[in-house]
Amino acid sequence: MPYPTDLKYTKEHEWIKVDGSSATVGITDYAQDSLGDIVFVDLPKPGSEITAGKTFGTVESVKAVSDLYAPATGTVTEVNGDLATAPEKINKDANHTWMLKVALKNPAELGGLLSAADYEKFVSEEGGH
Amino acid sequence: MPAVEATTPTIRKTALNAVHRQMGAKMVAFNGWDMPVEYPASGGIMAEHNAVRTGAGIFDVSHMGDIGLSGPEALAAVQHISMNDASRLAVGQAQYSALLYPQGTFVDDVIVHRLGEAEYLLVINAGTREKDFNWVRDHTRQFNCKVEHLSDEFTQIAIQGPKGVQILQKLTDADLAGVKFYWVTRGTVCGLNNILIARTGYTGEDGFEIYIPADQRISVGVWNEVLAAGKEFGAIACGLGARNTLRLEAKLPLYGHEISDTINVWEAGLDRFIKMEKPDFIGRAALEKAKGDGLNKTLVGLEMVERGIARDGYKVLDPGGTEIGYVTSGSPAPFLKKNIALAYVPPSSAGLGTEVKVEIRGQAVVAQVVPTPFYKRPKAKS
Repeated sequence: MPYPTDLKYTKEHEWIKVDGSSATVGITDYAQDSLGDIVFVDLPKPGSEITAGKTFGTVESVKAVSDLYAPATGTVTEVNGDLATAPEKINKDANHTWMLKVALKNPAELGGLLSAADYEKFVSEEGGH
Repeated sequence: MPAVEATTPTIRKTALNAVHRQMGAKMVAFNGWDMPVEYPASGGIMAEHNAVRTGAGIFDVSHMGDIGLSGPEALAAVQHISMNDASRLAVGQAQYSALLYPQGTFVDDVIVHRLGEAEYLLVINAGTREKDFNWVRDHTRQFNCKVEHLSDEFTQIAIQGPKGVQILQKLTDADLAGVKFYWVTRGTVCGLNNILIARTGYTGEDGFEIYIPADQRISVGVWNEVLAAGKEFGAIACGLGARNTLRLEAKLPLYGHEISDTINVWEAGLDRFIKMEKPDFIGRAALEKAKGDGLNKTLVGLEMVERGIARDGYKVLDPGGTEIGYVTSGSPAPFLKKNIALAYVPPSSAGLGTEVKVEIRGQAVVAQVVPTPFYKRPKAKS
């Protein structure tokens, strides 16, 4: 699965797409594949603050509960409401299914995130399959 | 998303391990076994679960253990260590039962099969193999009866679902229509003579479990033949993930969850499978006393009313927020399309329709006590 090069990635398997001082956030194809059938997504409400490296929500498959980690610090401006009733959309196209829109507090902090190539290398080492 | 891979010193593999990997199964460590949890090529847990409810699913359950008891006093030995009444079994019949500690709690739950006049087979859980075998051996010494640990002798394949009978019938000369649920027979399967065929399972559906020699070449051959025979019926390979959600919908207990060495038979609600009137057995006296004392907790089915999924170990609260119990198993139910759970609560909170809350990551989420089993298979037409 090629990872889009216009996204940045975390080692916890979230992606972030930056557009000026705002960004969209989702989880990677590797994450959805590890989880299996996604049945529940718990996301913060618009107006909530999220902090880089801290959990901002959870995603659940039939078998497992996983925390979501914020790739950046900022204020949630919009939540993808479709995911409340159709979380399986993430399984179908994780790299393009956004969870949150965020007004970034400090776009410079994104420099520490992984590029698509680095992320792909990271998961190939982590997965071992 | 921490990817934690438990590394146990002795990870055990069934004879079908390499086949699961070739099929692209996701493997997990389960009670010391490297087992398939789901097959993405089958469509994953939900697809596997629903295939068993509507067609058929094929499972490798070779991790299950087996203990043989045979000899002149085999029946007396089985009666002494198990709670159901094995004297009621005809040759070829099986029953759900349990091995109990003297305090009336569970060593394990078992299926007791009567294979011959004085020959019994106990099928036990993977995680309790050694404990169970030692228990059975140590507590049957006074009987003239041979106790054998047969766990490594068999590859056990489960063919589960309404189409299971048609699939297996293609591969055997045994007349499966004549084998009732919880009965066993022997026959030629995939050209192998004298194979034990049991109409049993752990999915809440009709189905069969076959016990074939654990030899890898033979096991792989049978597995592939069963899958091929099932193809026209939509049968797919299924992993332990679907096995768990299937058994939960059917309220079949899982050792370490609904039953354990700290939970007694009355609490677990398994009254139907204990026969207090049969000759004395280990655990009976304590359970006689416990019956008089009344219950502190009882197993109930919960359905989530508000949005949220109860998981194993989550706290159950009363509507005021006081902790009253805990979830033993909780999951989305793929066929019922609800979020369900089994939980221990005080009898005062066990009435159908009682509102409780489940603490999910610090939030009290409303749930309701509902009838169980959550899922009951439609009655067969025959």
